[in-house]
Amino acid sequence: MLQIDLWKRVLIWLVCAAGLMLALPNGFYTRVEQSNDAAADIIAKGETPERLETAGQWPSFLPSGLVNLGLDLRGGAHLLAEVQVEDVYEARMDALWPEVRDALRPERDTVGTFRRQPGPADEIRLKLSKPDGMARALEIVRGLANPITTLTGVGANDIEVSAQGDILVVRLSEEEKIASDDRTVRQSLEIVRRRIDEVGTREPTIQRQGADRILIQVPGIGSASELKEIIGTTAQLTFNPVVGRGSDPDAAPGMGNKVIPSLDEEGAYYTIEAAAVVTGEDLVDAQPSYDQNGRPAVTFRFNTSGARRFGDYTAENIGSPFAIVLDDEVVSAPVIQSHIPGGSGIITGNFTIEESTNLAVLLRAGALPAGLEFLEERTIGPELGQDSIDAGKIATIVAFVAVLVFMGLSYGLFGLFANVALILNIALIFGMLSLIGGTLTLPGIAGIVLTVGMAVDANVLIFERIREELKSGRGPAKAIDEGYSKALSAILDANITTFITAVILFAIGSGPVRGFAITLGLGILTSVFTAIFVTRLMIVMWFERRRPKTIEV
Amino acid sequence: MRLRLVPQETSFDFFKRAKLWLGISALMMVVAMASFLWQGLNFGIDFRGGTTIRTEASEVVDVGAYRDALAVHELGDVSITEVFDPSFEEDQHVAMIRIQAQDDGEAISGEMIETLKTALDAVAPGIKFVSVESVGPKVSGELITTAVIAVALAIAAVLVYIWLRFEWQFALGAVAALVHDVVLTIGVFSELQIRFDLAIIAALLTIVGYSLNDTVVVFDRVRENLRRYKQKDLAEVLNISINETLSRTVMTSVTTLLALISLYVLGGDVIRGFVFAMIWGVLVGTYSSVFVASTILLKLGVKRDWSKQANTTGNQFSNIDA
Repeated sequence: MLQIDLWKRVLIWLVCAAGLMLALPNGFYTRVEQSNDAAADIIAKGETPERLETAGQWPSFLPSGLVNLGLDLRGGAHLLAEVQVEDVYEARMDALWPEVRDALRPERDTVGTFRRQPGPADEIRLKLSKPDGMARALEIVRGLANPITTLTGVGANDIEVSAQGDILVVRLSEEEKIASDDRTVRQSLEIVRRRIDEVGTREPTIQRQGADRILIQVPGIGSASELKEIIGTTAQLTFNPVVGRGSDPDAAPGMGNKVIPSLDEEGAYYTIEAAAVVTGEDLVDAQPSYDQNGRPAVTFRFNTSGARRFGDYTAENIGSPFAIVLDDEVVSAPVIQSHIPGGSGIITGNFTIEESTNLAVLLRAGALPAGLEFLEERTIGPELGQDSIDAGKIATIVAFVAVLVFMGLSYGLFGLFANVALILNIALIFGMLSLIGGTLTLPGIAGIVLTVGMAVDANVLIFERIREELKSGRGPAKAIDEGYSKALSAILDANITTFITAVILFAIGSGPVRGFAITLGLGILTSVFTAIFVTRLMIVMWFERRRPKTIEV
Repeated sequence: MRLRLVPQETSFDFFKRAKLWLGISALMMVVAMASFLWQGLNFGIDFRGGTTIRTEASEVVDVGAYRDALAVHELGDVSITEVFDPSFEEDQHVAMIRIQAQDDGEAISGEMIETLKTALDAVAPGIKFVSVESVGPKVSGELITTAVIAVALAIAAVLVYIWLRFEWQFALGAVAALVHDVVLTIGVFSELQIRFDLAIIAALLTIVGYSLNDTVVVFDRVRENLRRYKQKDLAEVLNISINETLSRTVMTSVTTLLALISLYVLGGDVIRGFVFAMIWGVLVGTYSSVFVASTILLKLGVKRDWSKQANTTGNQFSNIDA
């Protein structure tokens, strides 16, 4: 009947105690946060007396996990960026074009002369003067393809080569596009992360969302534009052969070439070969420095393969100009004076010291492989967040007290048991949030308040049931026992259905809504736990001690 | 002496005017739908795209002056509303500015925000933008789709769960009540033109959960009583069940409302719409679990032949009807 095994009792109290311990740091939020930061600094940057002292503010034997505060409570910036994955297709085709050209050249006799035709940027279209040689041309160009491994397509190649009349078309295969998109997004994610880390803000959230999106949340930053400046600049460095120089931005560049403006010379345009000799991807280092005249500049160093290509190119093209191109603008176009073997060089231009430092950082972090388009931007000021926290705190306390008083008035002693359970319940929610590193948002606070109201439901169901059993003439022990067992199915059904909606909210929602789903879901779990285990245990313990002949619920 | 909101013994006849209640509910749903179709919802930027700026200045907000200051920038539809909240300081004057989505798919640019700030600074010196949120039309379209999917999915999942645990008549009754609650909530948002954003979807789903909670508790008792009173007719059993659970229904609604009302009054203006939706949902959900779900169950009728399962009554998990 009213018996609970000792091990169950111990387990129940242990769970409650663990919940309380885990929730405890949140009661001293600022202190624990400072202590955690200092501890992290000691590991990262070494010990200093101040850091040790700050770290000592919170005893290390206590749990120090905190509930993360969402942006709407802490203030900060939120960006949702879409990676323009198609950008990469174009670069791939531009890089492939010289290969195709070099492969077909020895076969002029069979395929005739060929010219690249204008067309979509993600294709190479070649017109052959001898259409009879198409079969041979297809064979040669197909020979350039590399097999790729995917989950679905075995033996798929990275490029697709086909003939349309006398035009030979090369494009990326669908499998390769999917693989390339995935690489592009991952690379972008990594670079965004590195750039934000370089600036050193705390706890940024950088996540992939869906196929081609990146969600970036940085607490404590002034505005979304500031965040965009940190991650927004592409810093794509390339070295391209120069074809010509002029002042007409609309000049016909010829196939495989493009016209781009000069960075600091107003009205000057360069025609360059689109395929780069070396790109920023081959960079291993970039540092701010000064040129011979003492002006700010950036020195860089290539990896071995980049150094070899750069060396070969400079050796073969002494006397002709090449362009240092940064984000599709020519920084400078010096004439190659001699063979440059070492793989290092210097970029000069009209930089300020700050610009050269930033440029070095961007070059080091690497270029974003594709552009980012910002679909969503949110900036929440820290004052607004603080206001929300304050208002949420007061509202929660008032709601709490109102419910406690109401329960006490309605159920007397049993109401008191339910109230203890309710307090434990809130502690457990915070404890679990800290444990799983959950984020508390403003709707999340609403979720907690709602839980305060709804958590008593399970107890109400039980107490009402006990009342009914008492009314139908059962003794106290029997009534309590029956009350619990008969109310159980209603409690489970009611809470499982609500839990289903919380799960759906979590799966589909994002940001604050997800925060709400988490607190709602946790609230359901903890309230069922407290109602069917904790209050029951309290009632049983009370009953064992007093052995009342009659009870009033 | 205990506080009792509901007398110990009640024997209200909830179905005496069943037709009247169903009629009222149907009428309210028609009004809600009409209002939704007629004037639509006041969609927030989450669903419509655009930008909202929350400004704070020490001087009283002059909506006209704000509007004139922004007009030169040709942003299309701009709406400016002053925000009031008891928690604001004397010299804290808050306004919400909403700007329609601009042509391209992207969010509004940082330079534009700076320009607007400078323009407003001229009419309200020292104005601060405490929050700026901008959503491009591309995302907002998707957000609507996911929101609709979320609500539909929640209702479907619940339908299946109740069907498994009870019988299909119960499931239909419960879902009718849910649809009723969702439609009425959308109706009230459309009628009062309260801003409808992503958080309201969360509120809607919570209402779905809450209303269900209530319905399931009543149904659970109906199932139990159907076995106990084999001779009584369905209307009587339903009445007994609702009366028996009435005290609990009222208790839980009151505690939830106590919590929500304190949040509504003290929780700040940012989540007031959200809390309003939930308060409304609790009221409507409580009503619908008695007057819609049970009435529909009554109209549909229930299979009363429990003889096949008579040998499994010992266990509360045995009554799974799948």
